[in-house]
Amino acid sequence: MTVQTKFSRRSFLVASAAGGLSLGMAIPFAGPAAAQTGAQLPEVNAWVVIRPDDTVVIRIARQEMGQGTLTGLAQVVAEELHCDWDKVTTEYPTPGENVARERIWGDFGTAGSRGIRASQQYMREGGAAARMMLVQAAANRWDVDVAGCTAANSVITGPDGQTATFGEVAEEAAALDVPTEVALKDPSEWTLIGQSVPRLDTVDKVDGSQIYSIDHTMEGMLNAAIRRAPVMGATVASFDGDAAADMPGVRHVLQVGDDAVAVVADTWWRAKTALEAVEIEWSDGDGTGYDMARIRAMLEDGLTAEDTFVGNRQGDAMAAIEGAAQLVEATYHVPYQHHATMEPMNATAVWTEDRCEVWTATQNAEAALAATSTAAGLPIEDCDVHRINLGGGFGRRATMQDFVTQAVLIAKQVPGTPIKMIWSREEDMLHGTLHPITMCKMTGALDADGNLTGLHMRISGQSILAGVRPEGLSEGKDPIMFQGLNPDGDEGRLGYTIPNLLVDHAMRNPPVMPGFWRGVCNNQNAFYLESFIDELALAAERDPLEFRRALMADHPKHLAVLDAVAEGIGWDTPAPEGVFRGLCQHMGYGSYVAAAAEVSVNEDGRFKIHRIVAATDCGTVVNPQQVAAQIEGSFAYGLSASIFGEITITDGKVDQENFDTYPVVTMWEMPAVESLIIPSGGFWGGVGEPTIFAATPAVVNAIFAATGTRIRNLPLSKNGMSHA
Amino acid sequence: MKLMVNGSVREFEVEPDTPLLWVLREQLGMTGTKFGCGIAACGACTVHLDGFPTRSCAIQVQDIDETQEIVTIEGLSPDRSHPIQQAWVELDVPQCGYCQSGQIMAAAALLAETPEPTDEDIVNAMTNICRCGTYNRIKAGIKRAAELS
Ligand code: FES
Ligand code: FES
Repeated sequence: MTVQTKFSRRSFLVASAAGGLSLGMAIPFAGPAAAQTGAQLPEVNAWVVIRPDDTVVIRIARQEMGQGTLTGLAQVVAEELHCDWDKVTTEYPTPGENVARERIWGDFGTAGSRGIRASQQYMREGGAAARMMLVQAAANRWDVDVAGCTAANSVITGPDGQTATFGEVAEEAAALDVPTEVALKDPSEWTLIGQSVPRLDTVDKVDGSQIYSIDHTMEGMLNAAIRRAPVMGATVASFDGDAAADMPGVRHVLQVGDDAVAVVADTWWRAKTALEAVEIEWSDGDGTGYDMARIRAMLEDGLTAEDTFVGNRQGDAMAAIEGAAQLVEATYHVPYQHHATMEPMNATAVWTEDRCEVWTATQNAEAALAATSTAAGLPIEDCDVHRINLGGGFGRRATMQDFVTQAVLIAKQVPGTPIKMIWSREEDMLHGTLHPITMCKMTGALDADGNLTGLHMRISGQSILAGVRPEGLSEGKDPIMFQGLNPDGDEGRLGYTIPNLLVDHAMRNPPVMPGFWRGVCNNQNAFYLESFIDELALAAERDPLEFRRALMADHPKHLAVLDAVAEGIGWDTPAPEGVFRGLCQHMGYGSYVAAAAEVSVNEDGRFKIHRIVAATDCGTVVNPQQVAAQIEGSFAYGLSASIFGEITITDGKVDQENFDTYPVVTMWEMPAVESLIIPSGGFWGGVGEPTIFAATPAVVNAIFAATGTRIRNLPLSKNGMSHA
Repeated sequence: MKLMVNGSVREFEVEPDTPLLWVLREQLGMTGTKFGCGIAACGACTVHLDGFPTRSCAIQVQDIDETQEIVTIEGLSPDRSHPIQQAWVELDVPQCGYCQSGQIMAAAALLAETPEPTDEDIVNAMTNICRCGTYNRIKAGIKRAAELS
């Protein structure tokens, strides 16, 4: 199988270049490829296994968590494989297999809307290489020139009309060298990429048979409930588990690391009930003494501070502001947000002196494997993580694998017994990795004709990287703070040409654990900028669309999606009586998005979102109906934050403990969404997050049009506004 | 204790104040019904109790009589043939799917009560949380199911 090693190195390089190795740990590479996964079945190459009955098993390294990546990735492989789509199924390799095979599947991390865009190239190559090997095997069998053979629908046809199915030649194909040069189809030849095929994973989700991590069960398994110190940095000072130990079903009351206590029982409900009877004294932590007033004061200080990092500088913004005919200033704020995935964090672990295995829902199984190895005190080759579909990720399960660490630390104290640890919703809310808090002071300079001559955007607030991956900072600067505001690049480029511009960040890091939250810093950056652009247009007495268009001549793709939503909502025609409109655009994760909203507001501040038109240019579309699903879902997620979402801190502890105090959008608030998917070709952008950026500014701008009140502090509920 | 679940009487040992949700999931090993919040706020645990959509995290087994009929997602149909399930597949409603057992049970109860629900009926009946934001497809799915039934 040395040939596979050759191919694997190539895949690995492509993966590194495209996705980046964001693991923050060195994986000790094993020796030559071991190929244990495909040992029993004809593995044509790492991506494709073909069973004798012609079933095509496509290996998926990225993680499905609702966003449709599993189906989309299978489509890109099948496109080049020329297999029968109805025979396609999928499987997840484990990170342990990836280590053993020199990281043949590349990056497992599923975040940054990268699931498809960062893997499509090497996966299409994997599909094409597998097809070439299958066709070669058939040609060898028939002793004909491979050039005269074709493959379609899992059947190979030879020059004299002879046929063989993929399943018939799979074993012979598996013995061939993996080609190192593969030619991919021109997009004009695609028959599967771009099609709204049904998801491969829907049916099990309609009868309860889909197994989530929380449903995992094993022979002899016990269940654990856990409570961790609610204040960041605090530890267990002492605990008394005597009462709990006598309760039904309880087997152990344990300390977990230095900051948590767990009860292990036969069932989780008994463990959780007994945990309530454990008396725990916590030490103080870094967060002790911090509340919102103190945190806000830190951020306010940053609004005028000198110690900043620059994200984008053009011309001389300060001079333009000095010489402005009209100055416009406003300060905005976005609070902490919680992921609140439907499935609370959980993991099952079994530990022995020689081996540790974990079953869990994670967005980054390689990071989970690293966490397992560290917590288990075992080399990485003696550990593995089995991936189970997620009941929501949104970034919570991407970076921090704290739930894995805890499950392993518990299992280590009960050797040989599988332990399933589940967080209660309260535990989950108290230990989020929060979308960080920021403020932004905007200062805009207009000339006498109402043209924007200068803009200073001062962001003050918490850095995610400083909290979760400080080694990712570049000389102290967190580049993620500037998402969507960058002067260039294909990831998130500002869509306006502003002659004098300064975007800078005063980093202020309260002792509250931050995390990557679907959309990340694009969310507040789009809210700040797209709200303020409307404020500038008002000051300049210009129409918000026309004011934007004047700054966008050099940004045709940004402009195209904006124009599309303007046309879709009917910007040039009057809105229905009592209904008002707002719009916005932003670019992030390689895609261009825009949204327009129609809103009405009554005298009591109750608003109704009548209609949303949302446009996405993600370059290349794999499955339009799933892109539409992501666009719709992004409004539920983004508007949850802007209507209700706010996590507050008292003495270092999160105040919100469940959905009663952290409400989210339900069907009641959910607007009708018209999705305009307008791929302009030539690139691959993400779709899982981008539309979230556009949800809030479009609605807030429409609310301003309706009321004359500019919402500068989210959420809307804190501005006396609720949904009608 | 005894409960009638999906047409058969099931016997188990448990503290009587245990929520139905956890008896279903742990004592009876039926994991289709999901835990989301534990305080009747999210609907992930919705089952039918004598035909009514009921949040099983908020009802203790001691308050259920063994003659009362409990139907879970596993018992909605033997073969995914309930019109709600058919419509869900047809429209690819689920994203992560975690909330969908509860959504489907709530939707099936609505349809049983109101065979041709209006938008308003649907919005009033469907209060379950979906963090993936599948609400518009759920709404369309219920209307499609009404056509199918
Ligand atoms: S788990 Fe019962 S309503 Fe949320
Ligand atoms: S489908 Fe994921 S929470 Fe509803």
